[in-house]
Amino acid sequence: MKVEIIIAGFGGQGVLSMGKILAYSGLMDDKEVTWMPSYGPEQRGGTANVTVILSDDKISSPVLDSYDIVVALNQQSLDKFVPRVKSGGILMYDTSGIHKRPERNDVKVYPINAMEATLEIGNPKAYNMVVMGALLEVMPYKLPMENVVKGLKKSLPERHHNLIPLNEQAIEKGRGLI
Amino acid sequence: MNDEIRLMKGNEAVAHAAIRYGCDGYFGYPITPQSEVLESLEALMPWETTGMVVLQAESEVAAINMVYGAAASGKAAMTSSSSPGISLKQEGISYMAGAELPALILNVMRGGPGLGTIQPSQADYFQATKGGGHGDYHLIVLAPASVQEMVDFVALGFDLSFKYLTPAMILADGIVGQMMEKVVLPPQRPRRTDDQIREQCPWATTGRKGLRKRNVITSLELESSKMEIINHRLQARYREIEKNEVRWEEINTDDADYLFVAFGSIARICTKAMELAREEGIKVGIVRPITLWPFPDKAIEKAAEGKKGILCVELNAGQMIEDVRLAVHDRIPVCHYGRLGGIIPSPAEIVEELKKMIND
Repeated sequence: MKVEIIIAGFGGQGVLSMGKILAYSGLMDDKEVTWMPSYGPEQRGGTANVTVILSDDKISSPVLDSYDIVVALNQQSLDKFVPRVKSGGILMYDTSGIHKRPERNDVKVYPINAMEATLEIGNPKAYNMVVMGALLEVMPYKLPMENVVKGLKKSLPERHHNLIPLNEQAIEKGRGLI
Repeated sequence: MNDEIRLMKGNEAVAHAAIRYGCDGYFGYPITPQSEVLESLEALMPWETTGMVVLQAESEVAAINMVYGAAASGKAAMTSSSSPGISLKQEGISYMAGAELPALILNVMRGGPGLGTIQPSQADYFQATKGGGHGDYHLIVLAPASVQEMVDFVALGFDLSFKYLTPAMILADGIVGQMMEKVVLPPQRPRRTDDQIREQCPWATTGRKGLRKRNVITSLELESSKMEIINHRLQARYREIEKNEVRWEEINTDDADYLFVAFGSIARICTKAMELAREEGIKVGIVRPITLWPFPDKAIEKAAEGKKGILCVELNAGQMIEDVRLAVHDRIPVCHYGRLGGIIPSPAEIVEELKKMIND
């Protein structure tokens, strides 16, 4: 098993921390993992993306040309990464704020409205976990939920562990979008 | 799951590794993309546990001279910075090489020259391997390609620098510093006691207590005839290091027609490029120098036997390629593919460059 994922969106959407929780969940599931951010002078409102690779074997390059799964959370990221989904791969995007839909017939496309689902939960900070729930649902590699919870515990500082049930709720909400 | 298996950034991993090695002191000044080293050490508060000193100095120059002072008393001391900060440290590094002192220096390279960018680069290869500061000296230079190697090379770097009494450098790039991977941390080693330091470092300024002659730590010697003897001693030690400490990794070199030579994280990108090229029937292998000094010239010469060409892939305008050409005596074509200023080549771009080289 090897899955190469990029999550791309605006800074402040929780892209990097979603990648971190995904990577930690993979680690808890005994996988090799690499988390590679597009680090730079980034800030809220700018673009941010993170490549996450989960694999049974040693991972070679942290830098990739194409991905098994692209998760795009704004128009800029969608435009940039649509051509870079591997044929037969998965493209997931949040429909809120998207005015130009992707044109790919050789990949599975999952438009989700994670923004709306997050508002239903009532805590905008849970947005990235709603997206992650949807991602976990479509990912061919099935990450057991118990390891995702372990990943959450490892990723969040202890003072935020009271938020784990909210995050779990958001993940379930996201799964429901598929 | 083993509690010691963690997910962390390369920079963070160095902080953990330093504490666990039993490092006595870290002296640094923040600069992207390696500020997490100092940040992590401050968060881990090792002064409460092992007694390790962690100090943010007023400048890079102050930090390296604090390392000099600590090293002179036999302590395991380190500093870290990124390219412009490492330039500031060169005087202190040269002095430590001259005074035959052990120390560990981490450079997480960023694009230059000058202040440059904060994105990954390998443009400090010349500076790290050819001296950097003034005078005839070499650092032992280790190039990690993974977060795990960032951890492992802290111990290796300290061990080698104490064995050969010369500073060692971990020459990393922003990719290795900033990415998170699975790491296995070594067990906590106790810091050496004063008695152990006296035994291990009879040259150190540990207090003579009236029992031995004075130890003088200096790089100054005004008499040329004596200075030449010191230089010969250093050179003899460098030859020893060249004989004993060359490290490299080879992947699929046996059946290959072509070779990539790359170090650090770029060797990992080349591994993916190698997979892509082989899918198209181009047989390419990889030599990854792990010690950049001493350089694995004999290994490269041997691996290059019967090959049609070498592509050096570096995040610079062509630095390691000079050592590669010397290693193969220009018997086969050696080409270069470099990205500059913080741009990272993708695996497919590297394959394209390989094809260009083959078709030229």
